[in-house]
Amino acid sequence: MADVPNDAPEHCPGTSSDQAGKSSACQGCPNQNICASGAAKAPDPAIEEIRQKLTSVKHKILVLSGKGGVGKSTFSAHLSHALASDDSKEIALLDVDICGPSIPKIMGLEGEQVHQSGSGWSPVYVEDNLAVMSIGFLLSSPDDAVIWRGPKKNGMIKQFLRDVDWGEVDYLIVDTPPGTSDEHLSIVQYLSGAGIDGAVIITTPQEVSLQDVRKEIRFCKKVKIPVIGVIENMSGFVCPKCKNTSQIFPPTTGGAQRMCEELNLPLLGRVPLDPRIGRSCDEGRSFLTEVPDSPAAVAYQNIVQKIRDYSSSHSTPDDPC
Amino acid sequence: ISINGLAQVKHVVLVLSGKGGVGKSTITTELALALVHAGKKVGILDVDLCGPSIPRMLSVGKPEVHQCDAGWVPVYADPQQKLAIMSIGFLLEDSDEAVIWRGPKKTALIGQFVSDVAWGELDILLVDTPPGTSDEHLAVLENLRKHRVDGAVLVTTPQAVSTGDVRREITFCKKTAVKILGIVENMSGFVCPHCSECSNVFSKGGGEELAKLTGSVFLGSVPLDPLLTATLEEGRDFLQAFPESSTYTAISQIVNTVLSSLDA
Repeated sequence: MADVPNDAPEHCPGTSSDQAGKSSACQGCPNQNICASGAAKAPDPAIEEIRQKLTSVKHKILVLSGKGGVGKSTFSAHLSHALASDDSKEIALLDVDICGPSIPKIMGLEGEQVHQSGSGWSPVYVEDNLAVMSIGFLLSSPDDAVIWRGPKKNGMIKQFLRDVDWGEVDYLIVDTPPGTSDEHLSIVQYLSGAGIDGAVIITTPQEVSLQDVRKEIRFCKKVKIPVIGVIENMSGFVCPKCKNTSQIFPPTTGGAQRMCEELNLPLLGRVPLDPRIGRSCDEGRSFLTEVPDSPAAVAYQNIVQKIRDYSSSHSTPDDPC
Repeated sequence: ISINGLAQVKHVVLVLSGKGGVGKSTITTELALALVHAGKKVGILDVDLCGPSIPRMLSVGKPEVHQCDAGWVPVYADPQQKLAIMSIGFLLEDSDEAVIWRGPKKTALIGQFVSDVAWGELDILLVDTPPGTSDEHLAVLENLRKHRVDGAVLVTTPQAVSTGDVRREITFCKKTAVKILGIVENMSGFVCPHCSECSNVFSKGGGEELAKLTGSVFLGSVPLDPLLTATLEEGRDFLQAFPESSTYTAISQIVNTVLSSLDA
C-alpha cells in the first residue's frame, strides 16, 4: 500500500510505510506531518473502489514465476487468445510488468495508444472480445525506459485496476514481472477486496529456475493466493532435422514434476521448446492459430482446458457460470 | 587489515539486461571464471534480491557471512581467494524463503552490499542485476557513484521480445551516464548434439542488430549449450571442463574485448 503523493520528494517511502513521515527523505515534504501522525496509514480506499469496479469480472488469474524469461508473457498472451476463441466470452489481459512490458509486442499491438473517456481508460482491443492494457501503450517510443522506484510502480498498478474501463469480463489474466516485490504485493493488495481465483506458476526444468519458483510458491502461500498449478515450459527440444530430443535446460533436480510432488501441487503440463513460438511472439501473432497441430500448441490447449475447469469449479455461489 | 568498501577495487562492471532470463547471471559467472583463469582477482556482487542465482552457479550454497572490523567478509568461491562473492543467497536461513520486500528495503540492503563489504583488493568487481530499470539498479548506481562505474555489459537473446526490453536498458544507461561496454547475444543458436544441425531456437541476429541500431559495441554471440547449462546447475567451472568448445571460444573473446576496453 505504498503510495507516493504527487508532491512527495524523490525517496518517499510511501504513505503507508512504517517510515512514513519519519525517514530522512521526508524532511521538507508538505505531507510530512500527516504521514508522521499515522493518518495516512488507514486502509487504501482504492481497494474498495477496485472491488466495486471489478464486480463485473468473473475470474481473475495471475501468471507468476519468480524466475525471469521462462515464458510468463508468452503464456499469458496465448491463454488469453485461447479463452477468447470462444466468442461468447469476454477476456481481459493486464500487463503489470512496468519496466519490461512485453505484452503489446506479443499481442501485435505495438504503437497502439490508450484513450481516456468519462468512464475511465479504454483498453486496447485485439479482438472484439479480447482487451489488453499495458504501460507499453503509454510510452511514445520503443526506447523509452520506465525508471521508476517501487511506490510509483504501485501507483500505476492501482490506476490500471481502478481506472480502466474493462466492462463485463469473464477472465482477467494478469501478467507479472519476475520476482516477489512491489508489483506482486500491489496486485495482491489492490485485489484483496475483489479476490483472486488463483495463480498459474511458470517454470523451466532446471534448478536455477526452480529455486526461484519455490520462493514464488511460498509468496503465494504467504499472501493466500491459491495455486492453480505449475507449467514446465521449454521442456525439451526436438531437432527439426533428426527428430532427436535434447534437454537444453536439463531437469537436473527432477524438473517441475518432482517439485510439484514435493509441494503437492498440480503439474498442469509440459510445453516443449519450439522456435516457432518465439517467432510468433516477435511477430505479434498467436502461435495457437499459426501452428495449431504442433506438440507445443496441443500442450497449451490442454493446459488452458484445465484452467477453464478450475475456474468453473471455483465460481462464487451467486455466479451463474 | 582489509579496507572496506571499494577503495581497492580497480574496475566495476555492471551486467544488465532489462529482459529476464537471458543469461545475466550465467554471463557474469563465466566472465568471472575467465578473468580468474587469466590471473585476475575478481568479485561478484549479486544484487538480485528476489532471485539470487550466483551462489548455486558457483556452488557456494550455504556458507556463513562473517563480520570483521572492516565490514562483511565476502564468500570466496575458491581456496586461493581469487573470486569473492556477496549475495543475499548467503544470508537466507532457508533457501526457499521468499524475499518479499518493497523498494526501500531492497535499496537499503544494496547500499550495505556496496559500502559495507570488505572486498579488499580486486581487479574487477562484476555486478549481477535483476531484470528491469528500478530500485535495485538505481540503488547500485547511487552507491557506486562515490567510487566508479567503468561501464555495463548488456545481455540479450536474439529475439525482438528481448531486444525490445534491452533498448530501454540502453536508455537507462544513457540517462544515468553509464558507459555501455558492449552487447552480448546469448542463446544464439543451438547445435544439435546428434546431427550437428543448427537451430535458431530464439531467433537470430537480434543482438548484433541492436548493437548497430544503438551504436554500441557488439561483444559477440554465445550459443545455447546444454553443457553450459548443466555445469551451471552443478556449480562447476565450465571453462575448465570444456575448453575445446565453441562456447569457451565465444566467452574468451568477450572477456578479452571487455578487458581491452577497461585498460584503454
